[in-house]
Amino acid sequence: MDAARVGVITFPGSLDDRDAARAVRLAGAEPVALWHADHDLQGVDAVVLPGGFSYGDYLRAGAISRFAPIMTELVAAAGDGLPVLGICNGFQVLCESHLLPGALLPNAGLHFVCRDQRLRVENAETSWTSEYREGQELVIPVKNRDGRFTADPSTINELEESGRIVARYLDVNPNGSINDIAGIRNEAGNVVGLMPHPEHAVESLTGPSTDGLGFFTSIVKKLVDA
Amino acid sequence: MARVVVDVMLKPEILDPQGQAIARKLPQMGFDGVVGVRQGKRFELELDGPADEAALEQANKIAETLLANPVIESYEVRVL
Repeated sequence: MDAARVGVITFPGSLDDRDAARAVRLAGAEPVALWHADHDLQGVDAVVLPGGFSYGDYLRAGAISRFAPIMTELVAAAGDGLPVLGICNGFQVLCESHLLPGALLPNAGLHFVCRDQRLRVENAETSWTSEYREGQELVIPVKNRDGRFTADPSTINELEESGRIVARYLDVNPNGSINDIAGIRNEAGNVVGLMPHPEHAVESLTGPSTDGLGFFTSIVKKLVDA
Repeated sequence: MARVVVDVMLKPEILDPQGQAIARKLPQMGFDGVVGVRQGKRFELELDGPADEAALEQANKIAETLLANPVIESYEVRVL
């Protein structure tokens, strides 16, 4: 069969779209470049919203990108089950779009934090984490200014009770996120938001590990098996 | 031409480290008696007509959908 096609949306100010496309290719799928100003998902099988500072993150991180033309199609497709992974700025866009609950605020320490971060996979049943096992520990880079995940207590409770925390920070919480939350998923499990950057940990030459590749091989496996 | 102001503030239960940093500096500068600072945003919308009911309704819509994120922020709309 043809390779699975995974779209990567580029917004003005996206930084990690090329790394995300490279990770998709290394995982065995065909990356498809999608443009923020198009109303066209080009029939892709899944979408990655990459990191960066889309539209300069003016106003709030992800607030303006949410209204980019392509988001109309993306929000509708995600509602119909299209697998979507939002990394860092992509996570912020997913929260602003209400595809995921909560919001991401400036880091509690007010610094941009960039380091290799230890994480624990809390949910290995999403479209993007099935190649991991629950409790598996990963080291992948974190680099953000607005990574403090916040939601009201009842939402946090619901996320915890229903197993919708996808990953948690270990050792150090880099941004003051509630309950050390590094990533969450929607109720259906097709939409995942993650603050750290798995696409920067897919090759030993450039990353601290290759632990991030599993997010991309998970989706490829799901698409091929489908 | 009328001008409409939208004030956006983090909800009280949301930690505001920027406000805290400002509050910590005040005693060092000799300003006493301030027990807390919250930092917010102010937007001024310049209209091409009067700030009538329809204009204010639209300003509220703008505040709700774009200027503020109701998950973490509250807003107030008023005519300048």
